[in-house]
Amino acid sequence: MSRIDVRKTYKLYVGGKFPRSESGRTYPVYAAPARSGATPRLLANAAAASRKDAREAVVAARAAQPGWAGATAYNRGQVLYRVAEVMEGRREQFVADVRAAEGVSAARAEALVSAAIDRWVWYAGWSDKFTQVAGGVNPVAGPFFDVSVPEPVGVVAILAPQASSLLGLVSVLAPTIVTGNTAVVLTSATRPLPAVTLAECLATSDVPGGVVNILTGDPAEMAPWLASHRDVGGLDLTGAADAAGVDWGALEASAADTLTRVLRPGGTGAEAVEPDWLPEPGLGRMMRFVDVKTVWHPKGR
Amino acid sequence: MTVIEYAPAPESRALVRLEASYGLFVGGEFVAASGPSFATINPATEEVLAQVSEASAAGVDAAVKAARTAYTRVWSKLSGTDRGKYLFRIARLLQERAREFAVLETLDNGKPITQSRDVDIPLAAAHFFYHAGWADKLAYAVPPGPGGSTPAPLGVVGGIIPWNFPLLMLAWKVAPALAAGNTIVLKPAETTPLTALLFAQVCQEAELPPGVVNIVTGAGATGAALVAHPGVDKIAFTGSTAVGKQIARALAGTRTSATLELGGKGANIVFDDAPLDEAIEGIVGGIFFNQGHVCCAGSRLLVQESIADEVERRLKRRLATLRVGDPLDKNTDVGAINSRTQLDTIAGLAHVGEAEGAHRWDTGCALPEQGFWFRPTVFTGVTQTHRIAQEEIFGPVLSVLTFRTPAEAVAKANNTPYGLAAGIWTEKGSRLLWLADQLKAGVVWGNTYNQFDPTSPFGGVKESGYGREGGRHGLAAYLQGEGH
Repeated sequence: MSRIDVRKTYKLYVGGKFPRSESGRTYPVYAAPARSGATPRLLANAAAASRKDAREAVVAARAAQPGWAGATAYNRGQVLYRVAEVMEGRREQFVADVRAAEGVSAARAEALVSAAIDRWVWYAGWSDKFTQVAGGVNPVAGPFFDVSVPEPVGVVAILAPQASSLLGLVSVLAPTIVTGNTAVVLTSATRPLPAVTLAECLATSDVPGGVVNILTGDPAEMAPWLASHRDVGGLDLTGAADAAGVDWGALEASAADTLTRVLRPGGTGAEAVEPDWLPEPGLGRMMRFVDVKTVWHPKGR
Repeated sequence: MTVIEYAPAPESRALVRLEASYGLFVGGEFVAASGPSFATINPATEEVLAQVSEASAAGVDAAVKAARTAYTRVWSKLSGTDRGKYLFRIARLLQERAREFAVLETLDNGKPITQSRDVDIPLAAAHFFYHAGWADKLAYAVPPGPGGSTPAPLGVVGGIIPWNFPLLMLAWKVAPALAAGNTIVLKPAETTPLTALLFAQVCQEAELPPGVVNIVTGAGATGAALVAHPGVDKIAFTGSTAVGKQIARALAGTRTSATLELGGKGANIVFDDAPLDEAIEGIVGGIFFNQGHVCCAGSRLLVQESIADEVERRLKRRLATLRVGDPLDKNTDVGAINSRTQLDTIAGLAHVGEAEGAHRWDTGCALPEQGFWFRPTVFTGVTQTHRIAQEEIFGPVLSVLTFRTPAEAVAKANNTPYGLAAGIWTEKGSRLLWLADQLKAGVVWGNTYNQFDPTSPFGGVKESGYGREGGRHGLAAYLQGEGH
């Protein structure tokens, strides 16, 4: 007789801890159907985070932000590289998670997980290079030292991609935090479980609690509260593509009252399209959630 | 104390030839607007300078169409080298006609001629020179990504600018927009349209292809029509935070990008080891330059408690020597308030400052009978909850607060929704650099204040807006890809 396996309870990740939703709610998460008409297989009852959970996550992210931004770039790079190490150790679990979530072949899931880990390593390496590439000394017409450096905008709320449950998630999260922001992530509504596994990697590397906060549930319910939140400085709407009930224009409008920096979803016009995550991404996502600070000082004897 | 009397040294108005009325500048020609017009006045005398057209939505539409046609047919097909040559021409023309521009700016705005002559106009020309050189080097302006190609322009830019630095703000928008390969529709402020209209003549003299630069005059409704126009690919706005938020809301859900340079409540932080002579000059220049009509003005003085009395005494002594009066007089330090509306705003907030319990002091100097004037004013005993410590006054009014420790200075400096600029005065380098890191501000001036340069990115954080102007960062905001 085969062994009775031990199943996992999937919870939120807030402030370095794994709480249930304060609302007590859960929602069923199913495997992507192998063929149409097949009976959906229940994967888990994931936590359905509430407005209050989202606010708690912002509090945790805000509390963690000065320390994370104040760490040396070398240290942030080391910590983020450590995440990739832990991800590599959990490869098999990620492959199984992604396969179940996205309904892809084993080979495809392997490739996506490899790309996700490599993407994390790629961004980790930017931590102590981005400032030089994005900043510089300005040759002003006067006896002044004048230098411009990018600085994080603070707490960034991220609507993670709906389809690409791990590679897409890593591709929006890593560029946000590598520059010193902290993040509140709303996972894919229907494919949230790889994000919870990633949370377990974050919790067991040296990422300080609160730097990344991960909320499973309905993004349409939580996103408006994050978009208008006065302590949220950036809003990544990438995951608005194919998110049921999410109107990215309305979210951008409610972010206008606090002049929150908004990264619009891909696509043209009102249509939101999830991008292809495999190509090398460039600097755009890191640039979107920094503000350049320019410091002047006279030169003289 | 003896105040030395100077004989008046007025700059001549003879260089300026004003038309009685101006149309809109669309497609390379001045076109008579069908709608209403409004008067622009000299705020120092209330004399009417000219009648200016108020562009309706139809007028804005015509300008956007002209800009689109010029973009599609001409400007996007020119080489960067040729675009750059037009910008070099414009820069030279601004230098050649610099005094004419300076006098006109002073007439329309009320700022001292020494400031328009030595700051506004030379910096505007410098912006065109700087960006002219970028036009054929765009591939170097943003770090090349994988498969990096020359970044593409956005298309048609809508520029909306304020009245405090009319030509300079025009240059901040027009020069990078054109260098990056865009065309532009620019709306100057309703109280200061004249140098923009003179700039239109410069475009004609430079033989800039028609429609590359279009000037639509008008007030808020004209600006709103430009923001709402679906043919505009980017809005570049400098102005108030309230209007900036309206623009952000109006553009939500579209693919139109925006650069927003908004209000500020700059903290000028003075430590007890500061070089006091320089610091006093920095405080005075920080808030009284351009009548305090500066978004990055050092309108909050944070002074260390141990030297607060001495700084206050020295500051008042220095302010007593400021000459307030005729902007065309080369001896004038502080000119006219730009409009009656703005004067009312300043007077209203100063009244609130008194009502809330701060101590008001001004120089008591004589003011001209005609025009709009406000004496350089200092409020002491200001606390963080006072409205004059939180709200932008945009006038020659300084709020003085004190602090004991560097940490307290940081907490107080950052305690507003704004984050545009800040100043730090200390001889201790490590403390200055630590503070520069801590301050939530887009620009930090250490042992100086109000320095500007075309190569130096300028812009705010938090509710002072987003995007940068100047430098490589400012240029990137007019290109597709990673700049926005």
